[in-house]
Amino acid sequence: MAQFRTCPDTGLYFHKSAESLIKANAVAAAVALLVAGILALLVVLTRWQAVHLLPADQFYMALTAHGIDALIFWIIFFEMAVLYVASSTLLRCRLATPAWGWVQFLLMLIGAVMTNVAIFQGSSSVMMTSYVPMQAAPHFYLGLILFAVGALIGCFIFFGTLVVAKQEKTYDGSIPLVTFGAVTAAIIAVFTIASGAIILIPTFLWSIGYIAHIDAEMYRVVWWGLGHSSQQINVAAHVAIWYLIAGLVFGARPMSEKVSRTAYLLYILFLQLACAHHILVDPGISSEWKVFNTSYAMYLAVLASLIHGLTVPGSIEVAQRGKGFNNGLFEWLRKAPWENPVFSSMFISLVVFGFLGGITGVVMGTEQINLIIHNTIYVPAHFHATVAVGTTMAFMGVTYFLIPVLFRRQMILPGLAKIQPYLFGGGMTIMVLFMLGAGTLGVSRRHWDMDFTGAALGFDYPGMAYTLMGIGAFGGVIGVLGGGAFLLITVGSLVFGKKLEPSAGLLQSFGLPLAASCYSNQRPETLPRAAPLPVEGHGSSSFEAPGTFVLAMVLLVSFIVYYFINWKYLASVWPLS
Amino acid sequence: MTSFMPPADRFWWKVPVGRQEIVWILIALTWCLIMFFMMPYWHIYGKQNLSNEAYQTTPAKFGAKVQEGIDQNKVGEEAGLPIIHPPAGSDVYMLARLWQWWPILELEKNKTYRLHLSSMDWQHGFSVQPININMQVVPGYEMVLTVTPDQAGEYGVVCNEYCGIGHHTMVGKIYVKE
Ligand code: HEM
Ligand SMILES: [Cu+2]
Ligand SMILES: [Cu+2]
Repeated sequence: MAQFRTCPDTGLYFHKSAESLIKANAVAAAVALLVAGILALLVVLTRWQAVHLLPADQFYMALTAHGIDALIFWIIFFEMAVLYVASSTLLRCRLATPAWGWVQFLLMLIGAVMTNVAIFQGSSSVMMTSYVPMQAAPHFYLGLILFAVGALIGCFIFFGTLVVAKQEKTYDGSIPLVTFGAVTAAIIAVFTIASGAIILIPTFLWSIGYIAHIDAEMYRVVWWGLGHSSQQINVAAHVAIWYLIAGLVFGARPMSEKVSRTAYLLYILFLQLACAHHILVDPGISSEWKVFNTSYAMYLAVLASLIHGLTVPGSIEVAQRGKGFNNGLFEWLRKAPWENPVFSSMFISLVVFGFLGGITGVVMGTEQINLIIHNTIYVPAHFHATVAVGTTMAFMGVTYFLIPVLFRRQMILPGLAKIQPYLFGGGMTIMVLFMLGAGTLGVSRRHWDMDFTGAALGFDYPGMAYTLMGIGAFGGVIGVLGGGAFLLITVGSLVFGKKLEPSAGLLQSFGLPLAASCYSNQRPETLPRAAPLPVEGHGSSSFEAPGTFVLAMVLLVSFIVYYFINWKYLASVWPLS
Repeated sequence: MTSFMPPADRFWWKVPVGRQEIVWILIALTWCLIMFFMMPYWHIYGKQNLSNEAYQTTPAKFGAKVQEGIDQNKVGEEAGLPIIHPPAGSDVYMLARLWQWWPILELEKNKTYRLHLSSMDWQHGFSVQPININMQVVPGYEMVLTVTPDQAGEYGVVCNEYCGIGHHTMVGKIYVKE
């Protein structure tokens, strides 16, 4: 018999097994973030040429581990928790096959530990992309494979839970938008993991000597089938969380269910095709395919993101106006709860993802423009805007919400929690902006020494490149402090936070469900449909969210200007064909 | 409250879409189309385009070509690396290996060359600085880049694909003479 508890504060229902799995995955994610953050500090202090902290071998080791722990382990563990929340919790449904949930968790845990061990043993400093023919230790690949299998199981449990919810009629009408977003993420994840298997399994066999040769270009093409689409999982997941937080904090409803869901559909249909923008300057790949792949496939996905970029803040604006914040274009935004880290994390995530991550991503994904950007530090700058601010801060925001609701602990250090999003978001934004600049001056990514110490021939970067890297690194250090503050507050709350009724013991906070008495065998009430729409407002011919529309136009204009600046810059380099 | 609840209207797909969203979608779609057309446009009218010419090769075959180029066109040496001055318009071969760009090139301004690039071992990144042109160099593949250096000067070829512990020492040179 499935056991549930109700959260007295939010009315959410938690299925006991799902709850333990959500906690376990979230805690594992936090540990990965901690490791990644410590490594980030070492990496960024090495890239700050005036500090130049680590020796070369340790730098490449730390960078490999930073990329994998942050982008793969932190994000995907957290996404597993999101999938359980979006299926079991939001749909008030028992989890399908809880035992397999633990298989998911253990496989991912073993995989993550194994890959980290391989990296820190020192023989696998191959970077997250592990381009062949550079070879890592076999357990580096094996760990990633086990992790991916675990994640795949997580996706199937998610789908299974949706089926159970449908059969047992735990909800009325269609699944909620947030769950729909999670479905998108999970579908893309299945494709992604398939690509991953196609490339990582042969690479593993090659590392143990079973296969003699792996074509380096073929590896790149297939690897980016994995590498690119995994980023679409993140986008789909963090957009779902934007909608979730807009709903939680403001009671916002999607402006149009049809538009938002169609935009998600575009992600499924197109995003995971668009791997070509990672291999634009590779040999032997035709321009026709590149143009097709980056535009047809990518721009329709970009269109989807532009739509969410309007509808998420738009839904907040509509909700706020409904509460009477109706003065001028922006009162709704000014009067938003800027001191609530759930909201501020989400909003910073949205803005930085759109303005910095989105624009730079599309610009450098333009076939020809890529040649002035490929493999410069511009690239990490771009994806720190997308994943380190966009995805990570969305996840941080929802974590703040989950501490009292899921773990039944009051948040400690509320003062620090108010500023934490600004610290992390601000620091990372500085890092992103200045490293974008350094990349434009040609500073290389994954590079230990801008001075080329020991090289037979030299090259001098302009002084400005050093300045930009220095300021960027300084921003990175602030970002690490902000990340540290996040872990201090959240993990600290699990240990020291005041227990809320129904209460949790210390161990209960880390994985186990709450005291048995909280649960009952009673089936939750069927999840009703949202309250009917107010008569005016939605679907109307007036602009319901004019402030958001203005912000969207600002985004568009910045986008257009920046896009053509880059064409102009491209026109100044040597003629090529 | 409702993004995580089932839509209020059971037939949500029949609810008409607001004008604001429609306008924005049309604007965004137009912009996406413009961005799409820019790429073919640049192929026709722009001067900086990516090469579509590439061949499969082997380190031995490519290395022999590079050596041939050095034998024919060597004009000097710097830091133990040969400098070649190939004829304008000709095929120029440069290889990447741990951790060298080999040989050094001396080109003439406003002359066009067919530059062949390949790797002898791992992947490398051909990054000409400070002009900032970046290409991926992959073992087993020979990329042919038709290039017309139109500014004289001394250029560094930085390796910008991580290639092991000596990656930061992998710097080559291209001289462009008036
Ligand atoms: C806490 C603040 C962080 C700082 C200061 C930081 C700093 C850096 C820097 C400077 C690099 C580039 C080094 C180089 O290419 O030479 C880098 C690489 C990277 N970072 Fe971060 N980072 C942070 C957080 C994150 C987060 C949260 C994520 C992902 C969610 C992330 C994902 C990555 C990835 C995937 C790479 C690329 C690794 C590679 O090139 O293989 N970082 N980080
Ligand atoms: Cu190299
Ligand atoms: Cu290199």
